[in-house]
Amino acid sequence: MSSTYSYQPLIFEQSRPGRVGANLPVSDVPAKNITEMIPQELLREAAPELPEVSEVETVRHYTALSRRNYSVDTGFYPLGSCTMKYNPKVHEQIARLPGFAKIHPLQPEESVQGALGMMYELQTYLAEIAGMDACTLQPVAGAHGELTGIKLIRAFHESRGEKRSQVIVPDSAHGTNPATVSMNGMEVVEIPSAADGGVDLDALRKAVGPQTAAFMLTNPNTLGLFDSHIQEIAQIVHDAGGLLYYDGANANAILGITRPGDMGFDVVHFNLHKTFSTPHGGGGPGSGPIGVKKCLLPFLPVPVVEVQDGVYSLSYDRPLSIGKIHGFYGNFAVYLRAYAYIRTLGPAGLKQVSRDAVLAANYVLKELADVYKVPYNRHCMHECVFDGLKEHASGIRTLDVAKRILDYGCHPPTVYFPLIIHEALMVEPTETESKETIDRFIAMMRQIAREAVEEPDLLTSAPHNTLVKRLDEVLAARKPDLRWRKKG
Amino acid sequence: MMGGAHYLPATEEDRKAMMARIGIADVEELFADIPAAIRLSEDLRLPPALSELGLTTHMRKIAAQNLDVDSALCFLGAGSYDHFIPAVVSDLASRSEFTTAYTQYQAEISQGALQALWEYQSMICELTGLDVANASLYDGATALAEAMNMACGATGRKKVLISAGIHPLYRRVLATYAYDLGIQIEVIPLVNGVTDKQALLAAVNPETAGILLQSPNFFGCIEDMGGIAEEIHRQGGLLVLAVNPISLGILKPPGDYGADIAVGEGQMLGLGLNFGGPYLGFMAVREKWMRRMPGRIVGRTVDKEGNRGFVLTLQAREQHIRREKAYSNICSNEGLCALTAAIYLTAIGKQGLVNVATLCAEKAHYAAEQISALPGYSLEFSSPFFHEFVVRTPVPAKELQTKLLSRRIISGLDLAGLDCGFSGDSCDRMLFCVTEKRTKEEIDHLVAVLGGEE
Repeated sequence: MSSTYSYQPLIFEQSRPGRVGANLPVSDVPAKNITEMIPQELLREAAPELPEVSEVETVRHYTALSRRNYSVDTGFYPLGSCTMKYNPKVHEQIARLPGFAKIHPLQPEESVQGALGMMYELQTYLAEIAGMDACTLQPVAGAHGELTGIKLIRAFHESRGEKRSQVIVPDSAHGTNPATVSMNGMEVVEIPSAADGGVDLDALRKAVGPQTAAFMLTNPNTLGLFDSHIQEIAQIVHDAGGLLYYDGANANAILGITRPGDMGFDVVHFNLHKTFSTPHGGGGPGSGPIGVKKCLLPFLPVPVVEVQDGVYSLSYDRPLSIGKIHGFYGNFAVYLRAYAYIRTLGPAGLKQVSRDAVLAANYVLKELADVYKVPYNRHCMHECVFDGLKEHASGIRTLDVAKRILDYGCHPPTVYFPLIIHEALMVEPTETESKETIDRFIAMMRQIAREAVEEPDLLTSAPHNTLVKRLDEVLAARKPDLRWRKKG
Repeated sequence: MMGGAHYLPATEEDRKAMMARIGIADVEELFADIPAAIRLSEDLRLPPALSELGLTTHMRKIAAQNLDVDSALCFLGAGSYDHFIPAVVSDLASRSEFTTAYTQYQAEISQGALQALWEYQSMICELTGLDVANASLYDGATALAEAMNMACGATGRKKVLISAGIHPLYRRVLATYAYDLGIQIEVIPLVNGVTDKQALLAAVNPETAGILLQSPNFFGCIEDMGGIAEEIHRQGGLLVLAVNPISLGILKPPGDYGADIAVGEGQMLGLGLNFGGPYLGFMAVREKWMRRMPGRIVGRTVDKEGNRGFVLTLQAREQHIRREKAYSNICSNEGLCALTAAIYLTAIGKQGLVNVATLCAEKAHYAAEQISALPGYSLEFSSPFFHEFVVRTPVPAKELQTKLLSRRIISGLDLAGLDCGFSGDSCDRMLFCVTEKRTKEEIDHLVAVLGGEE
């Protein structure tokens, strides 16, 4: 790409006074002076400084920006823990149908029976996939699902007259787990991982007690490993009177193979934008429905979708509910895509998804194990974690490998997570990539491993082929420049 | 039959080759860590797979059971608004380079989304008159809850004063978020549809973490917030204002009122109604609160050759670094909705936003005059309003709603349904909304039906 295109002017820099970008409706009611409607002191003095550009400039600007953005549709995106699988196009078409996109959340229920029915069915499907008794769709992200789930658990304990204030999390947990606990005014108890990457049972036994409200766990865990002691873990937590929370970030490994409910979990959240193929949108909108066991039913957030004699309704009549967690009913347009996905795959297709995802990850693990360090020598699930390069010139870090990957036109794996693997590179190929694509990735990773020994500068100075080079993040944080301001 | 083969490119031959390389004879071996007792022995009880054609037919049938605002006249608002959306907005926002990307962890190949979000932050600052905005929160209700938490965190206090004019569903979300943190909420009543300022100012004391107001409020009335910031600041608390971004085309922005935090629902900025989501929570704050703000923030910096570039910044606030000490657990937000809002504000432009806001006000005022002139109908409040107003109806609102629906008119909100002080089976209050989309002819039609002429 020529240097002319390496710089896209800010939309504000393209603005010229008087230019118009939209053809708005006109007033057809009797004209009124604004101050006849609203007193002067409530009005703003000058219009906000929004851009003034023509329609074609709007189109060129955002088209140019889109070309400066890597995506699943651009290429391979093996970002571990994020499940960057293909997002079907037919789902986008469905979500745009006026009967879905153009209905108001407070319309009379009799005029939105299709929407409510779809939500009810999706709840049923997700509860079945999770092995749970019921499901609420409302949380709009994984972290929001966690927040809701921990509130349910707190409400459960309180209803039994118990004040349990501690939530246990493994040191390999997603950062959202401990942050969620604090946001619920509870205390985090962190326990170390065992030598095989799983939960340290002794540490767990020591940590549980009458203060234990819950244990939050991802299984397969954040190392991509299935914890085979899960039933024992559930027993330990339940015996202490706590409940078990399942972080569903890694559910792509288990569809139709095993279920959190059967493992002994009491609450589970799914990330529809991971496991159920809804687009990530550059960081949302996502959706984080939670499934629960029967004991938590009375506490579900309102409103609950109910059906009676074939008529669907939204019920607010739940005296023990934790309350409302979203302005309306969560990210409805995301539900549509997940619903369409489940209906397209069916039970056998969903199972094949997990089988192929796990197969692909193990293939990558095997192919790279001689050049990248493998912290746990066992089969992985749907993602594999490496602890940096086996051999390299001094000073080469995982960050350099990631930046060098950019030069090959690929998205790097997740780096430096989980925190317990210091030079972590977490690869999640997903089931939607062909073997040829995966083989190209493997060849690239091996090539970079060679470069790390023979031409280390190529890595430390990477990326070379991107529109911008390595960016100064320290400067960004030290001297925050977070907005445009009009000059003068 | 197995569905979704078109999303699963591995052939039997590919699978065999991969298994051979791994050294297994069956994929089942990879699942050996899962104890037999918890392995599913049967297929999931889900409906059988559909073809793409079968799926679209099925989904069209479901969609047909909903009444959409293209086939009806919508006079319903109450937190979700039916505005005109220029074609360029959805066309550009649905480009798959934006939709199928994830969070911009690798800045060098995510400059497009990062620049768009930085521009979005700038636009939110311009609208609100505040210094710094984040790259989005979940929706208006949760953004207000985050602001409440922030006010308590920043002051180390646990009491907030909120107006009874705040959307009742938002108030329920505030209550949910407040409960576990031990935050006490005191509700300040309304007088003539706006917050009782005297009661509000009298309730402020050195334990007050913040005041939360919404304007235009749930009933459509515009709050006069002059003098409130001074009082709460004198007592060491924060002023949080929830605002409608379209109204900011003409209404005085939170910054001019001395607010510390402005939040709101951004759905009206080019997002569809979508039965309530995905929507967009926005937040802007004064610079002094920048490092306390939840959510992702994009910053401008330079690369090692000195070229301008954008990165996610101030991450030391966030959960993946700070874990249990983070100010919020939010990570995935509503990035694509923020991008959509930026495209909308670009397309509508500086004068366009003023025009849209003015059109809304003009048409709503015309409708209010016409409706209140009908026998038996009157306006509940005489306070200034933007594009929503409460009408007292001569028959129960529920009855009117059903009558209008039979004529394909989605009426204003029957206030019996929400806990906003007008509950009851025989509620005769309705909250109408009129946006720039409604023509005079459509408003006249509504009035005629209300008056029993049609």
